[in-house]
Amino acid sequence: MDAAAGLSVREGLGRLADYWVVVYRRTWRGSVISSFASPLFYVLAMGVLLGGFIEADPDTLEGATSYLAFVVPGLIAAHAMQTAVGETTWPVMSMWKWNPVYPSMLATPLTPTHVVTAHLGFVAFRLATTCAVYMVVVAPFGVFESWWGPLLAYVAQVITGLAFAALVYAFTVRISSEEAFGVLFRLGVFPLFLFSGAFFPIANLGEVGAWVARATPLWHGVNLSRMLALDHVTWWVAGVNTVVLAALVVVGWRLSVRGLTRKLVA
Amino acid sequence: MPTVTDLMISARGLRKSFGRPGEELEAVRGIGVDVRRGEAFGFLGPNGAGKSSTMRMIAAVSPVSGGELRILGLDPARHGPAIRARLGVCPQDDTLDVDLTVRDNLYIYGRYFGIPKGEMRDRADELLDFVQLTDKARAKVDDLSGGMKRRLTIARSLVNRPDLLLLDEPTTGLDPQARHVLWDRLFRLKQSGVTLVLTTHYMDEAEQLCDRLVVMDKGLVVAEGSPLELIRTHTTREVAELRLGVAAVGETHDALAAQVSDLGERVEVLPDRVLVYGHDGDEVVAKVHERGIQPAAVLVRRTTLEDVFLRLTGRTLVD
Repeated sequence: MDAAAGLSVREGLGRLADYWVVVYRRTWRGSVISSFASPLFYVLAMGVLLGGFIEADPDTLEGATSYLAFVVPGLIAAHAMQTAVGETTWPVMSMWKWNPVYPSMLATPLTPTHVVTAHLGFVAFRLATTCAVYMVVVAPFGVFESWWGPLLAYVAQVITGLAFAALVYAFTVRISSEEAFGVLFRLGVFPLFLFSGAFFPIANLGEVGAWVARATPLWHGVNLSRMLALDHVTWWVAGVNTVVLAALVVVGWRLSVRGLTRKLVA
Repeated sequence: MPTVTDLMISARGLRKSFGRPGEELEAVRGIGVDVRRGEAFGFLGPNGAGKSSTMRMIAAVSPVSGGELRILGLDPARHGPAIRARLGVCPQDDTLDVDLTVRDNLYIYGRYFGIPKGEMRDRADELLDFVQLTDKARAKVDDLSGGMKRRLTIARSLVNRPDLLLLDEPTTGLDPQARHVLWDRLFRLKQSGVTLVLTTHYMDEAEQLCDRLVVMDKGLVVAEGSPLELIRTHTTREVAELRLGVAAVGETHDALAAQVSDLGERVEVLPDRVLVYGHDGDEVVAKVHERGIQPAAVLVRRTTLEDVFLRLTGRTLVD
């Protein structure tokens, strides 16, 4: 790489890897407990205990033979969203506000593109591990219909998380106070969590409601994850879901780089 | 005349403004500066003078709004990463990672420059030794004193063996002992050929460290030269301070100032004293006594950079 033109993204990520390895070494203990405990609690409460009251035709449950099988793939996609949002709100803001690590990175040959990509890469790693743990925890409940479906569903869940990570990162670099996170959670994360089809088929929302749900990013993740896990795939819909999620990752990433540049290289 | 390669920094008509078009705030309003290899150069000025904005442009982390800037002969807009690879930056606020150990702060930062892992481990030990923090290597940054944090920041700014070291108010907030330790380290760096550029509003620091400096005020350079040149150009050799006690409400010491105004080149009236700037302070005091004026106390001293600074930038408080 020409020194004058700067570093390639790959080279920059290599230089930032040590930092994120140290961060992970410091934080993994805490994240392991929540990675195991929360899926188990959710699956027991929503899937087994609440689901025990639900007797429904597979046709009304988008092809699932039980409520547990219905709720699990959606829950994991929603969990990916929550993990992503958790990792890209306070922890990102902290990087210039409370523990200004970003300014020190940017004083070196690294650029906002490297800094954003490495941070989102770390979030992707966190998503990959938490979703993997979740899938392993739920597997013994007999909710999967094939061996390849859950693997693809797992990829869909990680991409869903990554889409939210990129979008919320772009949001965080544009606000000046953490108070805005309250609005993000109340008006963004909670409604999505509850109404994007993770807990009930969006058909129950009525014609208009269902279309509103389909317009949300989380629905694309929930739907893709569920179709694949239940081996009940409408391929053109899966294609749309994938394209939407991938596009959100790219758009969010670009907005994040631009936002961080404006914030710290001004 | 310095050759182009000797110029570490060259600025012409350099400007920096913030905010939306139409309602910009101009922090730097057209300054010209040359910094040569091996010198220690200072930016002096009150808060809001534009020092930090200038430093950020030189550090290639803040785009130039107007004029021309070359750092190490390169244009920061096009060669930012290449310039930053050869700079050491010690920012005004510590940007150390409080979650890491002292040693990891150096190691991780060195990796940002692409220094190989093994080499960086050795270099971290050398640098800890240089800033006298070897016994704190495993401590968390949060457990360090203010002076130790500054020393660690300086050590960190040296990981890439920079050609040019930028120090933004390096000793602000430190006690005198810590300042002297830091100055000693900066002297050694200068001796070893590193070009130092620093901002400060401590005049003694500027006199101690800088070969040459500019005084900035309201985004402009208002004076330039060596500390001695500035003192010679902008003030007299000595000053006689006539201490009078605080003037009563509604009164000033102006009447007295009028009586002594012919004794020096310049007279300045403060609430508790009158300063008479002249070449021979003792002679001024003798004449004051001849005229029957009896100040509560007198002090004759050499003028310092502080007198120059206050003359050029005023005594009004800047927040």
